[in-house]
Amino acid sequence: MTTTDSSATPQTPKGKRRIGDVVFANTASGSGILILAILAGVAAFLIIQSVDSLGANTANFFTTTGWDANTREAPAFGVAALAFGTVLAAAIALLIATPIAVGIALFIAYYAPRKLASVLGYIVDLLAAIPSVVYGLWGIGYLVHQLTPFYQWLSTSFGWIPLFAGPVSSTGRTMMSAGIVLAVMILPIITAISRDVFLQVPQAHREAALSLGATRWEMIRMAVLPFGRAGIIGGAMLGLGRALGETMAVAMILSPALVISPHLLQSGNQTIAAHIALQYPEATGYGVSALIAAGLVLFAITLVVNMGARYIVARRKEFTE
Amino acid sequence: MAKRIDVSGLHVYYGDFKAVEDVSMTIEPRAVTAFIGSSGCGKSTFLRALNRMHEVAPNARVEGKVMLDDQDIYAPDVDPVAVRREIGMVFQRPNPFPTMSIYDNVIAGAKLNNQRLGRTEADDIVERSLHGANLWEEVKDRLSKPGAGLSGGQQQRLCIARAIAVEPAVLLMDEPCSALDPISTLAIEDLIAKLKENYTICIVTHNMQQAARVSDQTAFFNLAGTGKPGRLIEMDETNKIFTKPDKKETENYITGRFG
Repeated sequence: MTTTDSSATPQTPKGKRRIGDVVFANTASGSGILILAILAGVAAFLIIQSVDSLGANTANFFTTTGWDANTREAPAFGVAALAFGTVLAAAIALLIATPIAVGIALFIAYYAPRKLASVLGYIVDLLAAIPSVVYGLWGIGYLVHQLTPFYQWLSTSFGWIPLFAGPVSSTGRTMMSAGIVLAVMILPIITAISRDVFLQVPQAHREAALSLGATRWEMIRMAVLPFGRAGIIGGAMLGLGRALGETMAVAMILSPALVISPHLLQSGNQTIAAHIALQYPEATGYGVSALIAAGLVLFAITLVVNMGARYIVARRKEFTE
Repeated sequence: MAKRIDVSGLHVYYGDFKAVEDVSMTIEPRAVTAFIGSSGCGKSTFLRALNRMHEVAPNARVEGKVMLDDQDIYAPDVDPVAVRREIGMVFQRPNPFPTMSIYDNVIAGAKLNNQRLGRTEADDIVERSLHGANLWEEVKDRLSKPGAGLSGGQQQRLCIARAIAVEPAVLLMDEPCSALDPISTLAIEDLIAKLKENYTICIVTHNMQQAARVSDQTAFFNLAGTGKPGRLIEMDETNKIFTKPDKKETENYITGRFG
């Protein structure tokens, strides 16, 4: 049966092209190409639109802190203060959120009774569903007032550290407040990803640690955290990405000033995203183009952060299966 | 070093399910005791109950007594962590810590007992344990390489080195060769013969030839029926179990006429 025709027409075996396969393959590669096209399109837009103002800028864009762009004559603006504020706010948020998120994730994965764990996981996920404008309202309407006495104490006790130097802003609308609100906002994503990774630690590794006489905490240190490291970093970087780009909450909370100030408890500093949001409605002259240039810087920072994260995650590849 | 284990009237439960029923046996020091029996007959559960590893599962509990020399390992004031430092374990699949080097894998357990381990002391423990696991010659030039990069058989010996670095009294092995090729299996069996000079060894195996080759005593477990708990049917000198067992069930199992 199988040999009847094959001798007459020797053919290389050829797969039949099924219509479903063709459609699926094209849809999938089309989607993949679309992502690249969107990314390239955004980058091209930012570059083309910003060239205009950057060419006319009379100040050094990267070292100037001021923003005198809403004019047709000799604009002078720079992104230095904005970039500094952006990174600072995100760094505060990350420093506060990561340890807490890892703690919550460990508690959910290894300490909480099963029922409590699922409820808790659900609540953390709900935090992610709160719109950022609501966080902003909460921050400015409630949190800053609660934090001001704490800032006073911090400044009195640790004022000799420049970060906490006074005079403390009486409104509480400071970099520290913005950082704390951002920390709450990025907590869910870091927690969720860390928890998922912790739950994936193979039973074999956990039992290996326990069989050596490890306590639960030692088991976590030996088997869970090293295994989950890449996941924690990945989650933190996603959180960092969100914190860098977060606009509404920062715009509402921070009392902006275009300065480079390390004093977290005084008013001042500003982030790129919030600056764009606040300035855009009244931008004239080279204003819009200048804001787009600032957006390009934010884009670049985020790109570098993500690539850095990938590098860190990949560096330890040899040691993960 | 090696200690005797005395089990009397041990029942193991997972929640409401009784996995092992009424096992009593004495496991001699400086000897190898093999647990054989079909899948699901409770031999692995029983093994894990000997160092309280079964407690990893929620709602696991035991009734009865397990004595390690004159210490009751289920006494209320006994910490399971301390029990596991005395009674080490080797698992079915080699499970070196994937993020650690060979060196760090071996020293991991010893570090738990002694946080302020000196460098030379640690080097000594690593070398001694790897020698003890017949692995030193193969890995001495690449101690800083990841343990997961070794072959399966080498990984399993690495796990044995890690277990004996803690200097336990007893080594429990849960089908240590079932994921290995015949050559690696032979290497582990040779190692077991050497280890029994210093340790009490219990080994669960599905391979009856292996039980016959490595063990001094053999315990046969079987189920009373589907859904029923596993029981110890017979335990005796390995020779006797494999030549003229007392029970019909045992004979059926070892001759392959099961059921």
